Amino acid sequence: MSNGPLQIKAVSGQAGTPPGQGASRDYDVCKLIDVTTCIGCKACEVACVEWNGYPFRETVFDNTYQTMPDLAWNYYNLIRFNEHTTPEGEFQWLFRKDGCLHCADPGCLRACPAEGAIVQYSNGIVDFQQEYCIGCQYCVTGCPFNIPKFNPETKKVHKCTLCSDRVGAGLEPACIKACPTGCLHFGSKDDMLDLAEKRAAQLREHTSHKNAGVYNPAGVGGTHVMYVLHDIENPEAYGGLPKDPRIPLLVKIWKGPLKWLGNLAMTAGIVGVAVHYLRFGPKKTEGGEDK
Amino acid sequence: MSADAAVERYNFAERMCHWSAAATYLYCMFSGLALYSPYLFWMAAVMGGAPQARYWHPWSGLGFVIVALWMHRMWSRAMKLTATDRKWMKEIKAYATNEDEKLPPVGRFNAGQKQFYWVMYYGAGLLLLTGIVMWFPEAIPFRWRLVRSIAVVIHECAALATIGGLIVHVYMGLFVVPGSLHAIVRGTVSRNWAMTHHRNWYRRLAGEPVSEE
Ligand code: HEM
Ligand code: SF4
Ligand code: SF4
Ligand code: SF4
Repeated sequence: MSNGPLQIKAVSGQAGTPPGQGASRDYDVCKLIDVTTCIGCKACEVACVEWNGYPFRETVFDNTYQTMPDLAWNYYNLIRFNEHTTPEGEFQWLFRKDGCLHCADPGCLRACPAEGAIVQYSNGIVDFQQEYCIGCQYCVTGCPFNIPKFNPETKKVHKCTLCSDRVGAGLEPACIKACPTGCLHFGSKDDMLDLAEKRAAQLREHTSHKNAGVYNPAGVGGTHVMYVLHDIENPEAYGGLPKDPRIPLLVKIWKGPLKWLGNLAMTAGIVGVAVHYLRFGPKKTEGGEDK
Repeated sequence: MSADAAVERYNFAERMCHWSAAATYLYCMFSGLALYSPYLFWMAAVMGGAPQARYWHPWSGLGFVIVALWMHRMWSRAMKLTATDRKWMKEIKAYATNEDEKLPPVGRFNAGQKQFYWVMYYGAGLLLLTGIVMWFPEAIPFRWRLVRSIAVVIHECAALATIGGLIVHVYMGLFVVPGSLHAIVRGTVSRNWAMTHHRNWYRRLAGEPVSEE
């Protein structure tokens, strides 16, 4: 759990080293979502809009248990409903609480060009600072989980804050508080990993879910929101959870080599023409310049 | 005709077109570069602040493309690369070292100017196509998200290519060829200037025989 005010680990669009980097004694925080005990009641959705002060949205009936088609700029937390039949013929209703996973290596932050618009706190929370956001939506391109959502009116992007405003004050996120089954847990990353592994082992040993496992994808350095899934081999069945999420390679090239190569080329061009002028100077007009 | 009589090189419409292209392009360039690198983010302040720079960049880009089409209507024929241009390109080193007497006589535009024109023209097309994707990334379904990152990389490469051309273009116009800034601002050049830098163009204007094209 966070002890005291949040300290910053990484900042978007920073030309140098973020202030206070590496100075932290914070614990990594983590939210654990045990999908196997979620009943799809959506209390967490309600708690989330309530805490964040957004109006309730119209629900959309699509002949399933799904009430809303997608996350939205003012809807950070959505239970995705999926009907699934396992290869053994077992029929399942899968409820997955979708939202930002607070990646340890966040693609949104890497992509963001605006200084301070995305910060990663030393406790692992990735938070958007709308006052510095310029509305470019590069974060949308950088995120491997399809999370950041754009508000076309204010031209700002929003997503789950992991209730940084509550966590910074020593409270649990609002969704954790609301969950009636106890499928949501919040604590240090180590504790949550331990709990998740124990639960997955329990499922493997005592139920038919022999593939139960913990979703903490290494491709993004692990996440500060983890899932326990019945079948870790098939995360796509839970409403499109990617099996091996990674920051898109082209985003890494764009934010890596293309930057310094381009800067080098532009500098070389300007230096080149300056040196050319020193060496060769202007062309002469035959018969003389005549102004 | 006396040696320093003014010769019209760019009429008013051509000058308007050139400077509209310059204004819209430069707005795009500075607002784009602000987002390109944290070290250049300060440029956004000059462009009206970063959120404004983001808002106006695509609109200015759209304006640039429209102006580029207008320019294309006026200049595309004069910009066609010819056999003489290929000869000229072979001798480009002589041009760079100011030994222009080794070069074949030039028409309205030299091969370097023509190549810059085509870099900008096709660059504008690429920037528009990829820029639209970057304008509305959420309109691209998440399944096709590869399109989003391809667009950014191509947009950036096309921008860098045009910026490379622009550095040379601005340098030539401001420093290397005295008289060319006056030409594109006020429209006229001297007879000597025309004979030195664009001999065939001037001869054709004056109704004199043209050696080779
Ligand atoms: C032709 C129409 C164009 C459209 C629709 C367009 C659109 C966009 C959009 C939507 C972005 C995202 C951020 C922003 O808005 O600033 C962008 C970025 C950018 N644009 Fe354009 N643009 C166009 C033309 C240009 C031109 C003429 C340049 C000239 C240099 C340019 C250079 C850039 C650069 C350098 C970036 C930043 C790329 C990065 O973040 O690495 N664009 N463009
Ligand atoms: S899930 Fe997406 S929005 Fe959340 S931290 Fe990771 S990259 Fe950023
Ligand atoms: S839209 Fe996303 S990437 Fe762009 S400034 Fe805002 S938070 Fe950063
Ligand atoms: S942590 Fe807070 S903001 Fe995120 S889903 Fe839960 S209640 Fe919503």
